[in-house]
Amino acid sequence: MTQALLEAKAVAKHFGGVKALRDVSLSIREGEVYGLIGPNGAGKTTFFNCLTGLYIPDGGGFTFAGQPLRADAPQQAAQRGIARTFQNIRLFGNMTALENVMVGRHVRTKAGVFGAMFQNKATKAEEAAIRQRAMDLLHYVQIEDRADDLAKNLSYGDQRRLEIARALATEPKLLCLDEPAAGMNGTETAELRELIVGIRKDGTTVLLIEHDVKLVMGLCDRVAVLDYGALVIEDVPAVVQKDQRVIEAYLGA
Amino acid sequence: MKNWLTPKSTAGIMLIAVALAALPFVVGMAGQAWVRILNFAILYVFLALGLNIVVGFAGLLDLGYIAFYAVGAYAWALLASPHFGLHWSIWAILPIGASCACIAGIVLGSPTLKLRGDYLAIVTLGFGEIVRIFLNNLNAPFNITNGPQGITLIDPVSFGGFKLSGFTPIFGFPVSGPQKYYFLLVALAILVIIINLRLQHSRIGRAWQAIREDEIAAKAVGIDTRNLKLLAFAMGASFGGIAGGIFAAMQGFVSPESFSLIESVMILAMVVLGGMGHIPGVILGAVLLTILPEALRYGVGPIQKLLFGKQLVDPESLRMLVFGLALVLVMRFKPAGLWPAPERKRELAEGAK
Repeated sequence: MTQALLEAKAVAKHFGGVKALRDVSLSIREGEVYGLIGPNGAGKTTFFNCLTGLYIPDGGGFTFAGQPLRADAPQQAAQRGIARTFQNIRLFGNMTALENVMVGRHVRTKAGVFGAMFQNKATKAEEAAIRQRAMDLLHYVQIEDRADDLAKNLSYGDQRRLEIARALATEPKLLCLDEPAAGMNGTETAELRELIVGIRKDGTTVLLIEHDVKLVMGLCDRVAVLDYGALVIEDVPAVVQKDQRVIEAYLGA
Repeated sequence: MKNWLTPKSTAGIMLIAVALAALPFVVGMAGQAWVRILNFAILYVFLALGLNIVVGFAGLLDLGYIAFYAVGAYAWALLASPHFGLHWSIWAILPIGASCACIAGIVLGSPTLKLRGDYLAIVTLGFGEIVRIFLNNLNAPFNITNGPQGITLIDPVSFGGFKLSGFTPIFGFPVSGPQKYYFLLVALAILVIIINLRLQHSRIGRAWQAIREDEIAAKAVGIDTRNLKLLAFAMGASFGGIAGGIFAAMQGFVSPESFSLIESVMILAMVVLGGMGHIPGVILGAVLLTILPEALRYGVGPIQKLLFGKQLVDPESLRMLVFGLALVLVMRFKPAGLWPAPERKRELAEGAK
C-alpha cells in the first residue's frame, strides 16, 4: 500500500454559527489524483483554504509527508510543498505570463537585495535558471507562445493553464486545483484532463475540487464527497457513484 | 539583459554625460539661485525614486515618507554642527543617517503590515506628523533638536579637505558651492537609478510586484509578504535618510518646518504624476514638480504686468493655484501618469514557434 502524503484529522472550521467543516478526516496517498466533490456550499473550498493556510482550522489538523503541517501562514504551506490554484483565477494581471511563473520560483530560490544590486555571478546564474525553468513550465502547459503577454490579456483557458504553471513552479509535492474546469467547454476540459494526467505521471500528487462529475469520476483514483461540511464517503469512483447518500446529496432526497 | 552597449547607445550616453556636466554652468549664467533649484530637482529625483520602491514597486501607499528624510537630516545636523560640538566625517554620518532612517522604516512598517490602501495611508500620515512633532518638542528637558528654532551652522559635505561649499577655483575657473553639490547629487541620483532598475528586474522586485498585484496569490506561491514589505519600507527609508543628510549639509540649517505633510504629499505626487513604478516617469515627475513651481514664482509677476499693466494677484498664491490645476488636469487626462510604463508588447522571439 502506498504511503499517505496528506492526512487530515477531524478538521473543523466554523464561521459564526455556520459549521463549514465538521470533523473532516481523509487521507491522500502519494502519486494519486484525489477528487473532492460536493454540492455548492459543502465546504470544499473551505477545506482547501484550511489546508493551504489561508484559514486556521478551529479543530483538528493536517499531517503532510509524515510531519504535522502547522500552516498558520500560506507561505509555509508553499514552502512545505503544497501549491494551489484558485476557484476565481488569481493571477498577477499586470505582469507577463512568464513573470507570473517566475514569481512561482521565488520560494525555491534565494537571491536577495544585495545580489540584485551588485549583480554578482550567483545572482545572474540563478536569474537565468529561473527564466529557463519558467519557460519550460510554460511549454509544459502549452502556452509558451504567450510568454510575453500580460496575464490579464490571456484567454480564460490559458489563464487557468498559467495558474497551474505558476503553482508547479513552486515544485509542489501536492498540487491542489480548485475547480479548474469551471467555465470550460468540452475540448478545453479534455485538454485539462490530459494535463492533469501528465502532472500525475511526472510524480506530483493532485487534489482536485470539481463540479464536473464526469471529469472527476474518469480521472480520479479516489474520491471524497462532502455535504454540509461533513465527509459522506471516501472511496474509489465506482463505489462512490453508486452510494445512496451521494445520490441523495446531489439530487435531493 | 541584451547587449545594450551598441555604438549608438554609447554615443547617446556620452551625449547625456556631457549635457549633465555642462548643465550647472549653463544654468549658473542665469544665477546661482537656479543652480540651487536644479540641485533640489535632483534631490527630489533621489527622494522620489526612494519612495518609488515603497509605492511603485510594493504598492504600499506611504504618506509619511518625509519622516525618513527628516531623520536623515537631523542625524547629519546633530553629528556635524556646533550644536553638540561634533564634526564627524561624511563616511560616518551618511551610513548612520541611513541606518537610523532604515530602523525608523521598520518601526513604521511592522505595525502596518496588515493594512492596505487608505488605512495604510492614514497610519503613515500619522507617523510622519509624529516625527515632525517630536523634532519640534525635543528641546526639553534635554535639548536634543533645539525645537522649532532648528539647528544652524551645519557642516557642509567635505571629502578630506575638499569642501563642497563656497567658491573653489578649478583650472582658474571659479566653481560655486551649488555647482559642486550638483555633481555629488547627480552621482547619487545615478546610483539610485541603477539600484532601482536592478531591483525591478530581480527576484525581490518581482515578489514586490506580485504583492502589489494580489497579496493572497503572492502568499499562496510562498512569498513571505511580511518580510518583503518590511524590506520595501526599510530600503525606501534608507534612501530618504541619505537624501536628508545631503539636504542638511547643503542648506546648513534644518528645522522641523521643512518636514511638513505637504512635503510628503509633493514627493508622492511626483511618483504618481510621473508614472508609478516606471523609473523614467518618476524622474520626469520629480524634475517637473520642482522646476514648475519655481518657474511660476518667477514667471507669474512679469506675465501679469504684461497682460494687465500691473500685478493683480500675489504670485505666491497664484503659484499654488496653477500648480493644483495642473495636477487635476494631468490626473483627469493621463491617470496613469505623464510617462507610464509602456504596456509590454509580445515580442516574437526567434526560438518560440
